[in-house]
Amino acid sequence: MATQAADTPDQSAQNDAPDAVVVRFAGDSGDGMQLTGGQFTLSTALAGNDLATFPDFPAEIRAPQGTLFGVSAFQINFGSRSINTAGDAPDVLVAMNPAALKVNLDALKPGGLIIIDTGEFTKRNLDKAKYDVSPLEDDSLAKYDVLAFDISELTIEAVKPFGLGNKDALRSKNMWTLGLALWMFDRERAPIEDWLKAKFKSKPEIADANIAALNAGHAYGETAELSGPLKQLTMPPVPSEPGLYRTITGAEAVSLGLVAGAQLAELPMFFGGYPITPASAILHHLVRLKEYDVTTFQAEDEIAAICAAIGASYAGSLGVTSSSGPGIALKGEAMGLAIMTELPLVIVNSQRGGPSTGLPTKTEQSDLYQAVYGRNGDAPMPVIAARSPGDAFEVAIEACRIAVEYMTPVMLLTDGYIANAAEPWAVPDPASYEPFPAKFLEEKNGPANDDGEASLLPYKRDEKGARPWIKPGTPELMHRIGGIEKAIDTGHIDYAPENHQAMTDARIGKVAGVSVPDQDIAAGEAGGKLAVVGWGSTYGPIHQAVNRSRAKGMDVSHIHVRHICPMPANLGELLKGYDKVLVPEMNTGQFKTILRDQFLVDAQPLNKTSGQPFTIAELEAAIEGALS
Amino acid sequence: MNEMTKIETTLKDWETDQEVRWCPGCGDYAILKAVQRTLPQLGADPKNTCFISGIGCSSRFPYYMETYGFHTIHGRAPAFATGVKLANPDLDIWLVTGDGDGLSIGGNHMMHVLRRNVNMQIMLFNNEIYGLTKGQFSPTSREGTPSPSTPIGSYDRPANPAGFAIGAGARFIGRGFDVSKNLPDVLKAAHAHQGAAFIEIFQNCIVYNKDVFNDFAAPKGAGDRQLWLEHGKPMLFGDPKAGFDKGIALDRDTLQLKVVEATEENWEEAGVLVHDAKNRVIAHMLIEMPFGPFPMALGVIYDDPAPTFEAAVAGERAKATKGKTANLAKLLGSGQTWTVDDKQGHPTD
Repeated sequence: MATQAADTPDQSAQNDAPDAVVVRFAGDSGDGMQLTGGQFTLSTALAGNDLATFPDFPAEIRAPQGTLFGVSAFQINFGSRSINTAGDAPDVLVAMNPAALKVNLDALKPGGLIIIDTGEFTKRNLDKAKYDVSPLEDDSLAKYDVLAFDISELTIEAVKPFGLGNKDALRSKNMWTLGLALWMFDRERAPIEDWLKAKFKSKPEIADANIAALNAGHAYGETAELSGPLKQLTMPPVPSEPGLYRTITGAEAVSLGLVAGAQLAELPMFFGGYPITPASAILHHLVRLKEYDVTTFQAEDEIAAICAAIGASYAGSLGVTSSSGPGIALKGEAMGLAIMTELPLVIVNSQRGGPSTGLPTKTEQSDLYQAVYGRNGDAPMPVIAARSPGDAFEVAIEACRIAVEYMTPVMLLTDGYIANAAEPWAVPDPASYEPFPAKFLEEKNGPANDDGEASLLPYKRDEKGARPWIKPGTPELMHRIGGIEKAIDTGHIDYAPENHQAMTDARIGKVAGVSVPDQDIAAGEAGGKLAVVGWGSTYGPIHQAVNRSRAKGMDVSHIHVRHICPMPANLGELLKGYDKVLVPEMNTGQFKTILRDQFLVDAQPLNKTSGQPFTIAELEAAIEGALS
Repeated sequence: MNEMTKIETTLKDWETDQEVRWCPGCGDYAILKAVQRTLPQLGADPKNTCFISGIGCSSRFPYYMETYGFHTIHGRAPAFATGVKLANPDLDIWLVTGDGDGLSIGGNHMMHVLRRNVNMQIMLFNNEIYGLTKGQFSPTSREGTPSPSTPIGSYDRPANPAGFAIGAGARFIGRGFDVSKNLPDVLKAAHAHQGAAFIEIFQNCIVYNKDVFNDFAAPKGAGDRQLWLEHGKPMLFGDPKAGFDKGIALDRDTLQLKVVEATEENWEEAGVLVHDAKNRVIAHMLIEMPFGPFPMALGVIYDDPAPTFEAAVAGERAKATKGKTANLAKLLGSGQTWTVDDKQGHPTD
């Protein structure tokens, strides 16, 4: 994402000196494309380029080799200017087998470069990819630059001195390819070599073989430049604010933000999770952070994961649970209990394509209704959404703040795209965040009873509408809570009509009154012909599309909403200042409906549910359409 | 339970000001009193005691205990209790559940709290019926139980709660019934056990399944129908005043239990087994003894402690954090980093 605020208008990659390039590595799910992409991302970050990535992999762990559905791809957009998206169409496609070529070819820019491993273009693999004729032998690739050579054989040659069998030797193919890519973009090999040495610490011969493959790929680049379409390109670094940077994925950022949030609340964190794609990464990160007073618990199911987290919150920790749509559905009843018992809790939903099992590894924003409305009864719950991997850190802290200050569960929405994508991140100083230490009730808080003793009121509300947090183990404050409607102040069971009315109003009022910052304008002006209003991971493509349209002279602004429930107080008025409101979403129009409901604005939908993020071009076309 | 400082309390200290809302004559009243009578004897501290329940008649229990209490959702109490215990291992947790809550909707969580061995007392009130929803058959209802959802009798084969628990890996299995004078002793043994202690308490639902346990719980002839187990004592039953007249022995050819004639004088020659609460195989046989030909095994059937889950979690934490200190600024700036040291944006490493 942007490491600087200003966005330069797009300059076409067809220019002689492109300021951004999109590369897609595609291969079999066993070819290590995600690893290749990850390491290429690191080298890109170290070269000072801005970047955004899009890992796109199948749900199958090891899909049958060579098949179309087993193709795994990693796309990276990087440049010497601000980058907001993983890029629309790749300039370079690395295709490790026929299936990878077939699945990804349509995305490639006309005139783009294809790097092909001919060693994998066997009759068998061509059949599996449903090619009647090898694309290398007809003119189907005529509109591209093609660099086809036997990467498999070259890799086997390169690692021969290390005595590996052919099968093991071919595992280094991805490093050979990475070496070539590093040469293409004039990158240092040393950090990758260090990484390989660390990764294969106990098997130095494997590390050496991989390094040899990396070097061989790099050397091949130099040779091939003399006589083919391959050109070396040096991309100058993006001017950035001075400071410390790192690459970060959304899953890492959520985990670090939760740790930071718990520390700002001065609370131990309890994380209850159950394995589910794409949310598991958060559990994997947090399990390694126990020194930050983090307890992780892999529960027997999604329900137990949230229930244990609520139990921990009841006992005085900050309970956190995380899942994806199907798991969130299972947690619904327990969320209601957290709302009823008014305990802090953070629920992270890394959204994926639905309904049901849907598209586990693909991205979608279709759990918005579930987040805002998806519980029995009038069950209000704050909902906030991260717009990028780095932003997920800020949003996680905000979720912790709201949960603790208002004694409420909070839903944090990310999605598969944010969870897996990486971007450079200016490392923040934790001291720059305002702490929000949790307060526990230590003594009775109610008026004296007939015996002259103070009474305990577990549901007495403060100025924010929050009830006191009372830790079991505190002397004299024994009390009972539960899911049955409770009497005002005392929390005793109470089914009286006027009490339920009052308590429902209090719960709704508390969430409606959560303090959220006013809505800002991401690009453009307050008021005008068109506002493009987004939420979540559509930030990047919307922002680029709006900026490009503005550069063409169009009257369009970008508004990106973080606080979905409650919404910023000024949002309704802000939207009324535009002639038209366009809401692009990776669902069938859920936020559009919520905006209409909240503000009676004529929000128009722009929907995409292909499991793929919006391209900038799609959004530019929609903006043009809306303004014509 | 936990190691704790003993606190002086009386039964009254454990009663809340809330009106008890079970049906008049319900077995739950007797269990409530047994628990309130037992806690002062244990020297338990109300502020460190936490009752956690699911949904059902039995799950109203926490409202009547002057302790910390959490009335949660149907079937999930073991999961909540696990979170509470991990967040604060000093709390003494009593889980209250029923045959529907604990074995039907919550069977999964029950299995896992037992196999993990989270340190708490689990009281499963088994009345073999759904009471709060007005009398449908439950997973422990005997075949042929007429109910609103099985008007001509149920046809599900019933679950055996203690059998389920031992199969799930429980290290303590106790059994008692609501009005039994021995119930507090079972509760005390459960409390003394370090780990998940499972207690099946037969409880009379006087509205929907009245006197279903009378076949063994009725005072008349109880000696012949109840086998109260005590560690180190022979498994004798019959009229205690007459020195017993029957015992449980092992048929070594078929590896099955059998009833033999025996008295306090001749039990050894008669081959009567001495109860070893650590013998899991015999415990399983005692749990599964068909009632009728055999008496109902009651008391502490199995008690063989193993390391608790919270101790394992603490041990893992100690291992994982050894030599590490929390430094958030350092953590945020870890991984693959680079520094930009001037406005031109040239990375320096």
